[in-house]
Amino acid sequence: MFVGCVFEKKGESNLRFFQKYLRYIGTFNDYSYLLVMLIKKDIKIKYKGSYLGILWSLMNPMFYMLILTLVFSTIFKPSINNFPVYLICGLLLFNFFSSSTNASMRSIVGAAQLIKKIYVPKYIFPMAKVISDFIFFLISLVVLVGLMLITESTITWNVLFAPLYLLLLLIFCIGIGLIVSTIVVFFRDFEHLYSLVVMAMMYSSAIFYPVDIVPERFSFILRFNPMFHFIDGFRTVVYFGEFVSPNNLLTCILISIVSLISGILIFEKNQNKFIFYM
Amino acid sequence: MSNPIIDVRNVSMKFRMPTQKVDNLKEFFMMKIKRTVQYKEFYSLRSVNFQIAKGDRIAVIGHNGAGKSTLLKLIAGVMKPTEGSITVNGSIAPLLELGAGFDPELSGFENIYLNAAILGKSKSYIDEKLSKIIEFADVGDFIYMAVKNYSSGMRARLGFAIATEVNPDILLIDELLSVGDQTFRQKSLNRMENMMREGKTVVLVTHDINQVLTYANRVIWLDKGEVKDIGAPKEIVPRYQQFMKLR
Repeated sequence: MFVGCVFEKKGESNLRFFQKYLRYIGTFNDYSYLLVMLIKKDIKIKYKGSYLGILWSLMNPMFYMLILTLVFSTIFKPSINNFPVYLICGLLLFNFFSSSTNASMRSIVGAAQLIKKIYVPKYIFPMAKVISDFIFFLISLVVLVGLMLITESTITWNVLFAPLYLLLLLIFCIGIGLIVSTIVVFFRDFEHLYSLVVMAMMYSSAIFYPVDIVPERFSFILRFNPMFHFIDGFRTVVYFGEFVSPNNLLTCILISIVSLISGILIFEKNQNKFIFYM
Repeated sequence: MSNPIIDVRNVSMKFRMPTQKVDNLKEFFMMKIKRTVQYKEFYSLRSVNFQIAKGDRIAVIGHNGAGKSTLLKLIAGVMKPTEGSITVNGSIAPLLELGAGFDPELSGFENIYLNAAILGKSKSYIDEKLSKIIEFADVGDFIYMAVKNYSSGMRARLGFAIATEVNPDILLIDELLSVGDQTFRQKSLNRMENMMREGKTVVLVTHDINQVLTYANRVIWLDKGEVKDIGAPKEIVPRYQQFMKLR
């Protein structure tokens, strides 16, 4: 159980580089229980003192879905059948992205008191936030399942691809979480900027409108939005019950890997400076 | 020295303080454009070299701002040095801030797990030590209550119990136990002495000369971020006291 390690600033050879990442895996092993503890803590604290507790994770998307259905179903009725299911697929996925990255964004700054005093691998904080949110997200999927049963949607075997999309989305969110939590340490106003980014992404993810109403010349906006691809892929297998589109799946895999790798690199490059900004 | 437990080589720690605090984007870009982001650089530690062998009890002395706490934080891995390297071959229990990892909303019981996990321990390990920790902390039924309801003494007791019960190789201590009542202080001093007898390595930052003479077998004297001298307490302490009088 070695906490300490060699840290050197300059002249890193390739070999060192690999050794460093190997050591990371070692420390991750030592601190895996901390990750579990932080996730448990987040879950325990989230609904502490509320009477309905975890039920809020179900009621929240349900009411949101009801309201949006009331508002939009009349507008899009002809083009989307079973609007509630269409809507909630996008809504749940986007909610997870939005709440998990928002929570992890503040995680480093929020753990400042600890980080300033004790050595802990810092990436654990954003990661724990995303994973604990992922657990709430999985619970909220009950709403989707319930809704599909009530509306007697056809469910095909293709639904088995859904977990793959959820996993990719989780990886994507961890990457983004690492990036935004780093930026916020240096620039606190990024928090406000980010909420604008998330809003823009929400409106361009085709959550409550059909994809084909977007004019050709604007469709690049959707394609530019990573969340659009995840939602689109998830809907293909769950809502439409069709086989995965290889193009979409590859895009999602690529997005999540790029997100995770850039997240790790950005975080790792800056983490030693965090302490000077807290 | 063959295979030191802590090896500090050529360590310098530079702090870069922006003269104005820039923490929003607009200001940052405005100032980048105007090229007015100015930093005041200062070295908190400069070319510090020393090795600590297993079982050494080191006291770090020096006046305020000499870099003692920075040194401890570097050893603890909280900060990384600007230059040089620090190698630590063992597990560390920082007694710098007792109960720094506590979550006020969780019970003392849950916080034992959280805090020990922060020190890198596994669940099974903590399960094993749990009863000992609770016994030493001696907070009674409060162990099932949220830590936000604890008195500062209780927090310190629980924090100390966890940090010492995780069986570290190295203890980092900043200002030995200034909290808690007389009984607890005595109890924890006893425990510390026991740990020293068992051959734990101790790095102690203090202003109290008596503690240096009682506990340390080597003294590192820091002055303005540089090592002024390293040696036996009997040799260093009188010169240090002389030096402090002259200032």
